[in-house]
Amino acid sequence: MNIPANLKYTSSHEWVRTEADGTVSIGITDHAQAALGDLVYLELPAVGRKLAAAEACAVVESVKAASDVYAPVAGEVVAVNTAAADAPEQVNKDPYATWFFRMKPAEPAGIHKLLDARAYEATIGDA
Amino acid sequence: MQKQTPLNATHRAAGARMVDFGGWDMPVNYGSQIDEHRAVRTDAGMFDVSHMRVVDLEGAGARDFLRYALANNVDKLKDAGKALYSCLLKPDGTVIDDLIVYFLREDFYRLVVNAGTAEKDIAWLRQLMAERAPKLVLTPRTDLAMIAVQGPHARAKVWRAIPGSEQVSAALKPFTAAGMSTRWGDVFIARTGYTGEDGFEIVISAPHAVALWQALAAEGVRPAGLGARDTLRLEAGMNLYGQDMDETVSPLESGLGWTVDLASPRDFVGKAALAAHPPARQLGGLVLVDKGGVLRAHQVVHTRHGDGEITSGTFSPTLNQSIALARLPAGVAPGDTVKVVVRDRELAAEVVKPPFARNGKALVGARS
Repeated sequence: MNIPANLKYTSSHEWVRTEADGTVSIGITDHAQAALGDLVYLELPAVGRKLAAAEACAVVESVKAASDVYAPVAGEVVAVNTAAADAPEQVNKDPYATWFFRMKPAEPAGIHKLLDARAYEATIGDA
Repeated sequence: MQKQTPLNATHRAAGARMVDFGGWDMPVNYGSQIDEHRAVRTDAGMFDVSHMRVVDLEGAGARDFLRYALANNVDKLKDAGKALYSCLLKPDGTVIDDLIVYFLREDFYRLVVNAGTAEKDIAWLRQLMAERAPKLVLTPRTDLAMIAVQGPHARAKVWRAIPGSEQVSAALKPFTAAGMSTRWGDVFIARTGYTGEDGFEIVISAPHAVALWQALAAEGVRPAGLGARDTLRLEAGMNLYGQDMDETVSPLESGLGWTVDLASPRDFVGKAALAAHPPARQLGGLVLVDKGGVLRAHQVVHTRHGDGEITSGTFSPTLNQSIALARLPAGVAPGDTVKVVVRDRELAAEVVKPPFARNGKALVGARS
């Protein structure tokens, strides 16, 4: 299972990457896309929406199931990846390059409290 | 402990994602369910369906017994090898299971029933036999495995994989079967399936299932999991027991009226109840028109005749949009627009008459 060491993770299978401008990009992990199977639908939050940490804010649907995507930290949505919504299969092909949305975190330090790659790997080992 | 088919280790070695299906540890896909689906629609795929139960019924009077036990009429089976799809009904007219019955000899019929219902089916048939035909012998064939090979190139690939099989099976019409001896022992080849494509379902003794699977793979038949099996059967407009019908509904409210002959003088289990209760609901097809998600079982459908409910829903790789079977009020008709509640929204869907796709082609108008 591919779990890049330079990203942060949540126990609900989102990955989080801090960008140069201080925003964070969010997608779903390789483990999540493999468990869901072929993805056919993405619903992304509106730009400008203010999210609480762990708030359900996006939906991903595969052929077999629907699943919520959660905000890893509190903050405001500043961009969404409409290309991913138009071609959800890209999430299966390259889950770490296919971000869903970007947030401006209310509290940048909060990112450090997320799981690192090793801790995330341990959570899916228990699953 | 989950039950395993003889092909379990073969699936795992091929990288299959395994899931629990009615107590069986089965492959849901080997990577991409959509790719497996397309392989069956355009070329050839194979499914391990060894979890389904073969049940042989032998003895004088077998036809008389089945004429009463099954909702469809076994008198339609005139030539040896001919198969029939039927429901097994309770006396109240609800559905115990759906099955295929093969007429092999006047005193020998073969039933293939669903995995999750096999034990209750056998118990029910034994109870009926005790009352009406105590000399018949019912034999659950747990010694057998079954592989479904489906797709436009399926038959040709089977013929290459099983030497001598072309002579035996080339002339088989759909819903007909023949047996033959092979290097893997006796093999039963039926031109049946659950995908809307041509192909065979092959019954073989369990110890030889892996050898047959490998011979088929060597001919380019792609392994396909239960995920693709479900999207293929739904596109083909075929019901799944436990989802589209069960012991709470009648076949007449499940799109299966064509399998129940109420007009004939023949009596059968459930007939009186069906005749006394005309259907108030029907099973119809839906194609999602709006964007906003995927149709799924249990979503509510608003129609101008009242509410209905989706029984099976998925994304159709052939139509490239979401489709469903839904139990709808009797007045709803193909062409109607209905609203399906998907999360917090109501999405428009068009009512269509299944099937949605068969033989590689979409059968309902693609939109969007």
